[in-house]
Amino acid sequence: MSEYFSNIKTATTTIATGLTITLRHFINAVKRKGDAGIDDADFFRQVDGLCTLQYPREVMPTPANARYRLYNNIDDCIGCNQCDRACPVECITIETIKVTADDLAICGKTSGGQQKRMWVPVFDIDVAKCMTCGICVSVCPTECLVHTPVADFSEFDVRNMVYHFGNLSKIEAQAKTKKLEEEKAAKAKAAEAAAASGQAPVPKPAPKPAPKPAGDQAGE
Amino acid sequence: MSSSPSLNTWSDALSGFTIGGFPLGLIIVAAIPLVFIALYALTYGVYGERKFSAFMQDRLGPMEVGPWGILQTLADILKLLQKEDIVPTVADKFLFVIGPLIMFVGSFLAFAVLPFGPAFIGADLNVGLFYAVGIVALEVVGILASGWGSNNKWALYGAIRSVAQIVSYEIPASIALLCGAMMAGSLSMQHFNVVQSGPYGFMHFFLFRNPIAWLPFIIYFIASLAENNRAPFDIPEAESELVAGFFTEYTGMKFAMFFLAEYGSMFMVSAVLSIVFLGGWASPLPNIGGLALNTMTSGPVWGAIWIILKGFFFIFVQMWLRWTLPRLRVDQLMYLCWKVLTPFAFIAFVLTAVWEIYM
Repeated sequence: MSEYFSNIKTATTTIATGLTITLRHFINAVKRKGDAGIDDADFFRQVDGLCTLQYPREVMPTPANARYRLYNNIDDCIGCNQCDRACPVECITIETIKVTADDLAICGKTSGGQQKRMWVPVFDIDVAKCMTCGICVSVCPTECLVHTPVADFSEFDVRNMVYHFGNLSKIEAQAKTKKLEEEKAAKAKAAEAAAASGQAPVPKPAPKPAPKPAGDQAGE
Repeated sequence: MSSSPSLNTWSDALSGFTIGGFPLGLIIVAAIPLVFIALYALTYGVYGERKFSAFMQDRLGPMEVGPWGILQTLADILKLLQKEDIVPTVADKFLFVIGPLIMFVGSFLAFAVLPFGPAFIGADLNVGLFYAVGIVALEVVGILASGWGSNNKWALYGAIRSVAQIVSYEIPASIALLCGAMMAGSLSMQHFNVVQSGPYGFMHFFLFRNPIAWLPFIIYFIASLAENNRAPFDIPEAESELVAGFFTEYTGMKFAMFFLAEYGSMFMVSAVLSIVFLGGWASPLPNIGGLALNTMTSGPVWGAIWIILKGFFFIFVQMWLRWTLPRLRVDQLMYLCWKVLTPFAFIAFVLTAVWEIYM
């Protein structure tokens, strides 16, 4: 019998406790939960208030060092193709055209002062495939391929997920290809002429400089 | 039974209104509670419950359709109207179709004796409370018909649980209401309100006039939750165990009918609770000296406002409980009914009788 009444007592007190908790939350629904981050001391003390984030209109900021969508600064890209080869999911497509000798000045240098020797008409990153592993970033010799903190880039059409970073239009690319072929042909003719005249062939231009060692990015 | 000549003036005048022998007034009298159920279920019932539950869980609730999501229920109704009305091929078609109708009619018939203020009541029966308790039991038939007619094991389980639960909980509920009837000395719904109204406002309510009235009050409130299949007694629908209980197979407007019936009886039991123990349409404000608050807040319109406010308050408590407590097990439910509520209801009954005889 005493158990019977103690059961009723327990039920009453626990229901009262539960009702108090829900009523407190109901009353506190006029305010929002604080914005203390996970590394703040009060993070677990923010129990009162609404916690809904109305996503498209309210966004929790991504940290400045967040690694999400890839971005290629094509002005610094030397078209070395290392990112393409490093990518485990093959989301990077690169097409390059060798720069002819007279175009080297037009093609310019990277911000690091390195002469660019490749036109990059196609530099496509399929961010839908990209798994943000960061290998391409760590192998990039000129540090032109980076992760950005942009995390929300959804599209209605999956084809829009392919980002184009190439710096030549199709017509320009054709022109450059033609120019390269002409130069090659001219060189071949010159070589032929040289061979015919019995001279040693013209030495090739200096090979591409060795890629800069990964150095500080090796830890990633 | 009209206790005083000023009672039921509006509804009497309305029901006498005919056009060429056609009792249009009677139809209007019947339509007013129906419109009320629909409006309240749309606004306070569905939207309010969503918002209350959201706030209790630190969420915002519907926010997208209209400002603060106020048009969400309209969008839901549009969706329900467009839904295909599916009747399963192996279902018992007659029972399947008639189930939600019986359920809604059972819930709606009780509104006939619900006084919306001193001047309006569908039918001022001298057995009003008895009728209200009895006619709501018709819902059991609707639940069983839809559960059996669905030819679905979840639906049948839900229906069986529901019938066992509702029939069991009728007993403590009725005995608790009988305590109120003893205090009022009548079963007429208007009489309950009349004897509980007076210049001292809430001091005339049975809950505050009788030292043991809180016991039948709480017992009836708990039992009414179970009769409505409201949480924590929602084991007939038990969405985590039985899909959706007895309305698993229902779609479209038939499903909406169950919802409407549920919200209808939610208001009905809340109104009965407030009529029997909290004065119904009587104003709770007392006359304080020269400040005649009670006299100011009495009358046909104020009466309607008070009873709707009181009903909405208890609906809020029902929602509050729903979003606080987990569901009971079937055996716990029966334990609570037969071993706790029923004995205590009898104790309350005897104590009320003693109080009424000797005090």
